[in-house]
Amino acid sequence: MNYYDIMFYIFAAITLVSAWFVVTTRNVIYSAFFLLFTFFGVAGIYVLLAADFIAVVQIMVYVGGILILLLFGVMLTNTITNVDIRTGASNLLPASIATGILMGAVVSVMWYTEWKIQPTAAPNTTIKELGRLLLTDYVLVFELLGLLLLVALIGAASIARREKE
Amino acid sequence: MYQFFFDLTGNVIISTLAVALVPLICILLVTLFGVWLERKVSAWMQDRVGPNRIGPYGIFQTVADFIKMLQKEDAVSSEIDGVLYNIAPVLVFAGSFAAFAVIPFAATIIGSEIEVGLFYMLAVSSFVVAGILMGGWSSNNKYSLLGSMRSAAQIVSYEIPTALVVLSMVMLTGTLSLTQISELQTSSFWHWNIFGGPGWELSKFLLIPFMVVGFIIIFISTLAEVNRTPFDIPEAESELVAGYFTEYCGMKYGMFMLAEYGNMFAVSLLVSVLFFGGYQSPVGYLGKTFGIEWLVSLEQFGWFFAKGWFFIFVQMWLRWTLPRLRVDQLMTLCWKYLIPYAVINLVIIGIISLL
Repeated sequence: MNYYDIMFYIFAAITLVSAWFVVTTRNVIYSAFFLLFTFFGVAGIYVLLAADFIAVVQIMVYVGGILILLLFGVMLTNTITNVDIRTGASNLLPASIATGILMGAVVSVMWYTEWKIQPTAAPNTTIKELGRLLLTDYVLVFELLGLLLLVALIGAASIARREKE
Repeated sequence: MYQFFFDLTGNVIISTLAVALVPLICILLVTLFGVWLERKVSAWMQDRVGPNRIGPYGIFQTVADFIKMLQKEDAVSSEIDGVLYNIAPVLVFAGSFAAFAVIPFAATIIGSEIEVGLFYMLAVSSFVVAGILMGGWSSNNKYSLLGSMRSAAQIVSYEIPTALVVLSMVMLTGTLSLTQISELQTSSFWHWNIFGGPGWELSKFLLIPFMVVGFIIIFISTLAEVNRTPFDIPEAESELVAGYFTEYCGMKYGMFMLAEYGNMFAVSLLVSVLFFGGYQSPVGYLGKTFGIEWLVSLEQFGWFFAKGWFFIFVQMWLRWTLPRLRVDQLMTLCWKYLIPYAVINLVIIGIISLL
């Protein structure tokens, strides 16, 4: 086992352990903070896969944006911190059927897909190629995503500014 | 730098730790002498003497304070949230320390030459925000919570003008790597980005006013991101005691201080990389004249530190000159002035760089 593998197992352990606590802990603030470590672990795995840009975007968007918003929402809702959110088992049968089907689908996709594996060197610079692809081959998807975000932004602003009649 | 330590020791773990030690020592020194300088600058501005007992001009005052802080009993309130309360200072410091991984102190002294260095620096600062929220909430104190809320809101808002100015610089230089941006501004001070970058085309002269605007915007917004006066409402002494670290004492408080001064130093270095040539000397190198390789690195290190210290001094200067902004004024400045100006600046720089 070399250092690369050790680093991988450290990040995998961080991700899995904190994800476990996210779903099992009873305090919603704890869940939010454990989510921070989950995002961090996933970013570390991205780095090990030589996708440095994706890793940084992961931290920027999820930790810097979504997690902070989540924490703000939780902390400014003053009744939520005093109430234990129930994390006990409810609707056990339908939930286990649904998650079982989902897990079966994921595992079978992993198992039966013929992955095209070929040894290649990790790309030294990802960001130039990524930018070129985004503005040539995938420009329509890129623009549509931008439009979607703009719509969401305008919607959020109009909901927040709605005046009481 | 990693290769140098690897050749020296031949061990992966030891050389990695040695690379990480360089910025850590820098942060410690900057904090020790930054706190001393802050007290001296404030004293001079208010016509006082400042610390003057330990060492010449009281220069070892903060060293003594630091030793005292290490020995202090860790007094904690019984109503706090134990786990998060203890993680928060570590997380805040880790966030500010992680930014130093990509800062090139000299052409050869750099932790990691990743391609997305600039973007990485902006991203890891979000760990600081999460740590501040964690500390403020777990202290179970209304002043702490209010301070951390204000701090997070401020950092998140002022990230936008910072990112817009960084984006315009990335457009101009065509790279996200801090080393390459420094290398482009080589040899003389009129090649620095504040003077329009290298070359003698027409666009260089057209760029100068917009570079100055960009520099002012990023300086104001990074000042707000590190919670310094006039943007220090998160720790406004007259309203909130000390903001998010009210309940902390001893070395945990020391960690917050280290993070604050580390952040100040990091943003000063970021501004000097983007606009003032990074580690490049404004005139030339003695080492290159005499053909001594290691002297060049040393000189670059010295120049970079000098630029960083200059901007830290300007931050202190502003702190003891300007009054604090109100919350609404703070948000007005960011959203109604800095962001529109930064967007217009971005468009104009884009048009000029296409010429």
